[in-house]
Amino acid sequence: MAAVLESLLREEVSVAAAVRWIARSAQSSEDDPGEAAALSSLRPLRKEFVPFLLNFLREQSSRVLPQGPPTPAKAPGSSAALPGRPGGPPRGGRGARSQLFPPTESSSAAAAEAPSARRGGRRRGPGPGRERGGRGPGGLEEGVGGESQLWPGGRRSRGSGSPGSPSLVRSDPPNLSNLEEFPPVGSVPPGPAGTKPSRRINPTPVSEERSLSKPKTCFTSPPINCVPSSQPSVPDTSPWGHGLPPGCRSLQEEREMLRKERSKQLQQSPSTTCATSELGPPLPSWTGNLTAESADPARVSSRQRLELIALVYSSCIAENLVPNLFLELFFVLQLLTARRMVATKDGDLEPSPGAPDSLESPLFQSVHDCVFFAVQVLEHQFQVLSYLDKGTLKLLAENERLLCFSPALQGRLRAAYEGSVAKVSLAMPPSAQAVSFQPETDNRANFSSDRAFHTFKKQRDVFFEVLREWEDRHEEPGWDFEKGLGSRIRAMMGQLSAACSHSHFVRLFQKQLLQMCQSPGGTGGTVLGEAPDVLSMLGADKLGRLRRLQERLVAPQSSGGPCPPPTFPGCQGFFRDFILSASSFQFNQHLMDSLSLKIRELNSLALPQPEPSDEDGESDVDWQGERRQFAMVLLSLRLLAKFLGFVAFLPYRGPEPPPTRELQDSILALRSQVPPALDVRALLQQGLRARRAVLTVPWLVEFLSLADHIVPLLDYYRSIFTVLLHLHRSLVLSKESEGEMCFLNKLLLLAVLGWLFQIPTVPEDLFFLEEGQLDALEVDTVASELGLDGMPVVDQHLLYTCCPYIGELRKLLASWVSGSSGRSGGFVRKITPTTTTGLGAQPPRTSQGLQAQLAQAFFHNQPPSLRRTVEFVAERIGSNCVKHIKATLVADLVSQAESLLQEQLVTQGQDGGDPAQLLEILCSQLCPHGAQALTQGREFCQKKSPGAVRALLPEETPAAVLSSAENIAVGLATEKACTWLSANITALIRREVKAAVSRTLRAQGPEAAARGERRGCSRACEHHAPLPSHLISEIKDVLSLAVGPRDPEEGVSPDHLEQLLGQLGQTLQCRQFLCPPAEQHLAKCSVDLASLLVADHIPVLGPPSPRGLERGQARRLLHVLLSLWKDDFQVPVPLQLLLSPRNVGLLADTRPREWDLLLFLLRELVEKGLMGRTEIEDCLGSLRDAQWPKDFSEELATLFHLFLAEPHRPEPQLRACELVQTNRGTVLAQS
Amino acid sequence: MILTKAQYDEIAQCLVSVPPTRQSLRKLKQRFPSQSQATLLSIFSQEYQSMLAFSCHCITTWLCLSRYLNGVGRNGAAPVLLELANEVDYAPSLMARIILERFLQEHEETPPSKSVINSMLRDPSQIPDGVLANQVYQCIVNDCCYGPLVDCIKHAIGHEHEVLLRDMLLEKNLSFLDEDQLRAKGYDKTPDFILQVPVAVEGHIIHWIESKASFGDECSHQAYLHDQFWSYWNRFGPGLVIYWYGFIQELDCNRERGILLKACFPTDIVTLCHSVA
Repeated sequence: MAAVLESLLREEVSVAAAVRWIARSAQSSEDDPGEAAALSSLRPLRKEFVPFLLNFLREQSSRVLPQGPPTPAKAPGSSAALPGRPGGPPRGGRGARSQLFPPTESSSAAAAEAPSARRGGRRRGPGPGRERGGRGPGGLEEGVGGESQLWPGGRRSRGSGSPGSPSLVRSDPPNLSNLEEFPPVGSVPPGPAGTKPSRRINPTPVSEERSLSKPKTCFTSPPINCVPSSQPSVPDTSPWGHGLPPGCRSLQEEREMLRKERSKQLQQSPSTTCATSELGPPLPSWTGNLTAESADPARVSSRQRLELIALVYSSCIAENLVPNLFLELFFVLQLLTARRMVATKDGDLEPSPGAPDSLESPLFQSVHDCVFFAVQVLEHQFQVLSYLDKGTLKLLAENERLLCFSPALQGRLRAAYEGSVAKVSLAMPPSAQAVSFQPETDNRANFSSDRAFHTFKKQRDVFFEVLREWEDRHEEPGWDFEKGLGSRIRAMMGQLSAACSHSHFVRLFQKQLLQMCQSPGGTGGTVLGEAPDVLSMLGADKLGRLRRLQERLVAPQSSGGPCPPPTFPGCQGFFRDFILSASSFQFNQHLMDSLSLKIRELNSLALPQPEPSDEDGESDVDWQGERRQFAMVLLSLRLLAKFLGFVAFLPYRGPEPPPTRELQDSILALRSQVPPALDVRALLQQGLRARRAVLTVPWLVEFLSLADHIVPLLDYYRSIFTVLLHLHRSLVLSKESEGEMCFLNKLLLLAVLGWLFQIPTVPEDLFFLEEGQLDALEVDTVASELGLDGMPVVDQHLLYTCCPYIGELRKLLASWVSGSSGRSGGFVRKITPTTTTGLGAQPPRTSQGLQAQLAQAFFHNQPPSLRRTVEFVAERIGSNCVKHIKATLVADLVSQAESLLQEQLVTQGQDGGDPAQLLEILCSQLCPHGAQALTQGREFCQKKSPGAVRALLPEETPAAVLSSAENIAVGLATEKACTWLSANITALIRREVKAAVSRTLRAQGPEAAARGERRGCSRACEHHAPLPSHLISEIKDVLSLAVGPRDPEEGVSPDHLEQLLGQLGQTLQCRQFLCPPAEQHLAKCSVDLASLLVADHIPVLGPPSPRGLERGQARRLLHVLLSLWKDDFQVPVPLQLLLSPRNVGLLADTRPREWDLLLFLLRELVEKGLMGRTEIEDCLGSLRDAQWPKDFSEELATLFHLFLAEPHRPEPQLRACELVQTNRGTVLAQS
Repeated sequence: MILTKAQYDEIAQCLVSVPPTRQSLRKLKQRFPSQSQATLLSIFSQEYQSMLAFSCHCITTWLCLSRYLNGVGRNGAAPVLLELANEVDYAPSLMARIILERFLQEHEETPPSKSVINSMLRDPSQIPDGVLANQVYQCIVNDCCYGPLVDCIKHAIGHEHEVLLRDMLLEKNLSFLDEDQLRAKGYDKTPDFILQVPVAVEGHIIHWIESKASFGDECSHQAYLHDQFWSYWNRFGPGLVIYWYGFIQELDCNRERGILLKACFPTDIVTLCHSVA
């Protein structure tokens, strides 16, 4: 490889030719024959060039960047790691490689390489024959032999599951302390379960077994709070962190493993004992005291060589030959902001002008060289830079080194900064807003049984209770999800027995997930297709400000390096932990089904269609909406896909890949039979064909990022990766031609793909696959159609939302400005756009017959908003039509059913027979009427759609266009409504009639009869009557006074009694506040009161009177009561209680006994028709059965006879009788 | 009437071991003239109920029955049962229920069903023993915290306030769905009113309103939160609870979370403007 580089340096080969040579296997006609000859001899090495170059640069820069944040790199492993791929013959590459490190350098290399390893410097050694993670078979040669000493301990032990070598001696210890922020990825020897934060190729030859995937981590995941010797303490920073119960990878354990590992290594490599033992957690702090060396363009050594390599490097970046564009930019910015050179042992810091064209001398001999190189590369990458956020551009433009080395670039950057309008807002975890209850999907009719319905009711509440508790407590130190909520969640899941309940719960779960996690800038509570939050519509200014403040307080400080591993930030953590704690197979399966369905649905959503014509203001307005909708859909898809990936691969996820080839093969054999949870390959292919990669790939990447170690080895997924690699290579940013993907679309895809290739579970060598395969994978896109890819759907907001790690660039630059790197670069935050909710989900296109084709054609040349409007109107009108039919036709049929049923009940008596049979009869009569639904539905759509379309389209729409749009809307709406109606109308009628029948039958019960017809208050009523509760309470007080015990001074005034009864009358006339139970109690209390009056038991206030109330007063009160009973009560009054033994018994206590009032009352009852004579006679008859004192029995018998003796209509006599102040004596005398 | 926790505690302090009778309530009114009777009654009854719930009333029912029988044996017209209840610090209605159960058990082979007991308490005339019927009736009309009459009063008060609230909503032109409509639509949890168009009250969005014709003390509010308010929130989003007889100020701590407490119909209502220019 070095040979290639050298031939470049010697100008035997032009850079362009070299890059062409690297990028394409075949020779191009543009190539100079001489160049071709020079290169063809090196042909077998072609594939190794890029990894070589990258590793070369990392190594060379190691002396300047020991302290910097790690430039992550993923060391490609051997392709032999992939099954069925025989290891190729050893290459001479190692030999060439060794030339890069001439003996003179070897001593300094020890010092130099360690930091580079720590940073995850790359040594891409792909290709057959190269052992993964090692220097390959070539390692047996001198170079590696030599190096293995330089890498003591080191990664050679990777296969044993304890990779990672402690960093070596650093000549400049203060520089190391940056590790706190940027842990030395290579220097962390993780435990077996653990994570290896570097992907740098291990210089140690490894065995065949070890060539399999092995535990590794995103080296790029320097969790901010990590100390160099410990594992990332944030569980999520390790790829399998999710999926493991907490505690199983405790820091303690890891420390222990680390310790063991270290001692092992010490034994293995005594020569470095000293060096390794110096490593340990307590690294000197350097932050803040590190002053940067100033960089001077005049002091750059070997300019030409640097320029050339910068050009080659930039060309590789431009051709997407590097796996991760932003990682390289990060690296370049690190070089730009390098603080100072680490002194090498031989002190050879002087430029060696004699050897500008060889690789013998170090590439970067000083900070000046680094900065020069960086600026060179940045100049080539200006286009990408110009798309970065304003903050980054500002920092770049203000960088004094950049200004010093290239005022021109600075000028361009400043211009780009000034021209950049996009602001990137901050993210905040939206507060929980519950999924709303929707009767259409959530009411009893959607459940198999009452029990299931009520269980789900409880579950919804438990779910939100758990969610609220999580919200309150998850940030408390020491709080643990599983401990805090696990058992409650499992208890709840345990109740979900029926499959139907599972699907209900999953729907709730998924909706809540989307609601809480999908809208990143979210005011919360908005789901795709739902109305935007009222809050934003109300424009609550204060709240908005408060929210922004809150955002600022809670915004994450770092996304965890330029290539963080997949994490579940914020609320997503709740859902992940919920899934883990629930550990329910059924739930997971239903969730996967539901997620898959939703993904398919959203993925195929008709999104903005190309608008070939005008780019005027109108379309601008439209584009805002289109972009927003695209962003919403994309973000939802990514979220859903991530969770689908999480659940789908959950059973297979483990801390490490299978240890042996045999085991791996058997696992592969098993797994290859399992169909994928979602046919993502087909969706990817469809997406590419329809030129919708910009929608499909980002979510696919999320899905794949959660795959386990085996997945990339499975044929199915391998083929997906191959396609993705091909796509990645094809996304050359500089190509801008007709039909090309838009720049930011490409940038998004490059960013997400680059990130995916760095995921620990993705094999390291995957990126450098044999190109033969790549070339074979041409995707035949439908060339004629300009899909989403060609639309400017991605904006900077979306890019930064999907790839927050791009913000690391800004952070790096900011740390340069602030003089310290890392954590305190606080203003850099996770970036998310202020997207608001999208519009309602659009119905998928219907395509049927010629009419449909014509309609399609019609839309083709119209603005996309027209189509959306029409589809939207059709969808809504269709749906409203169904509702209308329900409310009219079906409701009519139901009332018919009710009257039919009433008839039935009348003819057949109370029970009316078997309800099921009744239902059948009714349905057979009524269901045929359902056919009218279609006619009525058609009419409805015909009537309603045109107006809606007209209202929504611009006034200026040409008449013909308008009428066509109206017609199409009518057609679509009718189709939608009629399809539904014809399929469901019978069932609907049946269901409604059934409900009506059971309602009617229930109403037929004994209580209902008592209810009777109820009158309302009169029209003039102003509802000023006393409240029923007040009256009951007052009457109760009178009763309790009457019954006693009472204080001597207590009593009731007759006026009060009269007033009370007056109020009772008012209340009974104003029905506004009266409910039946209250009226019933009032009735009963009034009867009790009457009995107490009759028995003269009411204590009267005022001068003590032996007879209580005056008889006349009592009689008046009884009169009032009688009229209330007769005219005002609408519930049955329990008058028979007047003759209950208890109430009549009250008379027994009074002496002398006064029977006249009772007799009066009985007569009045009969006269007013309140009680029948026979009824009273029955009551009196049964009274005689009770146990009474003898004299009382006698008197009672007399009364009985007296009452019986009266003629049936003896009004005059009775009245006369009543006027006489009868006492007991007279009454009895009459007998 | 919104009380601070301290004010509430002062009232509650006065209620310790006071029998829940008419006379007690009268004294309470004299002690706290600034509080409305309804508020006091509500606090009284809730405090009493929670006190009953917490104190372990191991009433030896047999003993009570025999004491009762002795008592009425001496004088059937004396308030034997009521005094017995007051003596053992037990609500008269509950005491009546216990004695009635025991009594029926004594006289009939099979223990009486709950519905029979309830029906007898509602209408003591059905009680076969005349003396007991009177005693039970006396207990019921004298109890201001328990019993069928008190239950009915509470229910009526609740209903009246719902009606009042409905009128206020209509007056404010706020369209809503009431409990019956919601039930008919198949909602599993139904607040008194769901607003068809949400409004903002004191800057908080509300989707539903629940009327509580009682005083919001800690115990009942927690129970309501768990059984009702959070459930409503879970389904319909943030909402408003009106405790017509007041509440403890400190309980109104979930405003940000989406449960707003008021002691009256709110005046600061912001509605959605339909003509957003």
